[in-house]
Amino acid sequence: MTKTHVSLTVNGEKKDVLVDPRELLIHTLREQMDITGPHIGCETSHCGACTVDLDGKSVKSCTMFTVQAEGADVTTIEGLGSPDGLHVLQEAFKENHGLQCGYCTPGMITRAHRLLQENPNPTEEEVRFGMAGNLCRCTGYQNIVKSVLAAASEMNSAKEAAE
Amino acid sequence: MIPAAFDYHRPDTIDAAVGLLAEHGEEARVVAGGHSLIPMMKLRMAYLSHLVDLRDVQEMQGITVDGDTVTLGAMVTQHELITSDALASVAPILREASLQIADPQVRYMGTIGGNVANGDPGNDIPGLMQALDAKFVLAGPEGRRTVDARGFYEAAYMTAREDEEILTHIRFRSVAGMGYAYEKQKRKIGDYATAAAAVLVAKDGDTISEARIAMTNLSDTPIFSEGAGAALVGTSGDGAAVAAAIAAMQADIDPAEDNRGPVEFKRHVAGVMLSRAINSALSRA
Repeated sequence: MTKTHVSLTVNGEKKDVLVDPRELLIHTLREQMDITGPHIGCETSHCGACTVDLDGKSVKSCTMFTVQAEGADVTTIEGLGSPDGLHVLQEAFKENHGLQCGYCTPGMITRAHRLLQENPNPTEEEVRFGMAGNLCRCTGYQNIVKSVLAAASEMNSAKEAAE
Repeated sequence: MIPAAFDYHRPDTIDAAVGLLAEHGEEARVVAGGHSLIPMMKLRMAYLSHLVDLRDVQEMQGITVDGDTVTLGAMVTQHELITSDALASVAPILREASLQIADPQVRYMGTIGGNVANGDPGNDIPGLMQALDAKFVLAGPEGRRTVDARGFYEAAYMTAREDEEILTHIRFRSVAGMGYAYEKQKRKIGDYATAAAAVLVAKDGDTISEARIAMTNLSDTPIFSEGAGAALVGTSGDGAAVAAAIAAMQADIDPAEDNRGPVEFKRHVAGVMLSRAINSALSRA
């Protein structure tokens, strides 16, 4: 059960870590890299609080071993925006009360980011279907859906203005 | 929840992966998307000392449509099944069914090979594969062999695959032009089916010339119901024919009571799902 070197890119930075093969990606992010945006919620691949973007896919990082992420390009909520420069989605969640306790929010926003990359102009139904892997126990989802739709509309206006 | 320790292997050919299984025997398991196996490892319900990750095996990737023959690498994810236009033109039922599996994050990782090889009666694709009359390609130390999807499933988690074999590819003939539907009743997003029905139908004028019907999570294996299909052939698919198909299907399934409901409820839902799937498939034939 030898420790293994893993090289991956996290939020644009090259990282080299030494892990046991059984170490889950969420633990490496949180405990070895101090990237604590992705949360451990259910730890059974249901809640989506640990969602990260990995090579263009939304992935539940509690259900992947770090060794499987060798060479991967990972983006977490920390890579999307910062306290000084909020991502459009973060701004939209703030403006539309898309969060209460905030525990699910990093996973929600990381997932919504990928959803809007794949479908920049989703209907409300498509947002609900596309966000179905993320659970929120506070908001009842209404304001989360509203936030994602608001961010989509904001991103589309910005794109049009740029063209 | 942290799984027990294991050694990790990442072969890049089928032969190398088979070699690892042969070398380590019962101590080794292959992992594809990992979304069935890793949760079981975390719960310590799956024990292994060697994890053989198939993600670098290029031969097991990709969707190929060559004339009438469709070949799916076992590592093709549900996300790829949904987004492939080539596949949608020859077997749109795969997109319809895949959209009803788990949730978006799981579909990016979950593979068709894992779904069909695991032998979990709750998995959606096995019944579909029986309706498609698919063949599974198995690679083992003795070489490769092909097994019919309709003869692959023996009991829950028990299949025709030997321990040292890997399911590498799935092949079936195009069903372009056939009416299709996958209808699934589940308690919530991410759940397995309470009951689900896969239906493929072909019509000659107003008469059904061919019908293939398979049911999910209503026995310890998927159920391909020849009787249900036969009840539709030669009819227009009217109410009496649908009722006959449902009666034939009821004779083939054997649901067990669990937290999705008692047997009577499951039989009721099975009938509703099959009726909806037949009508939806006929509207597309």
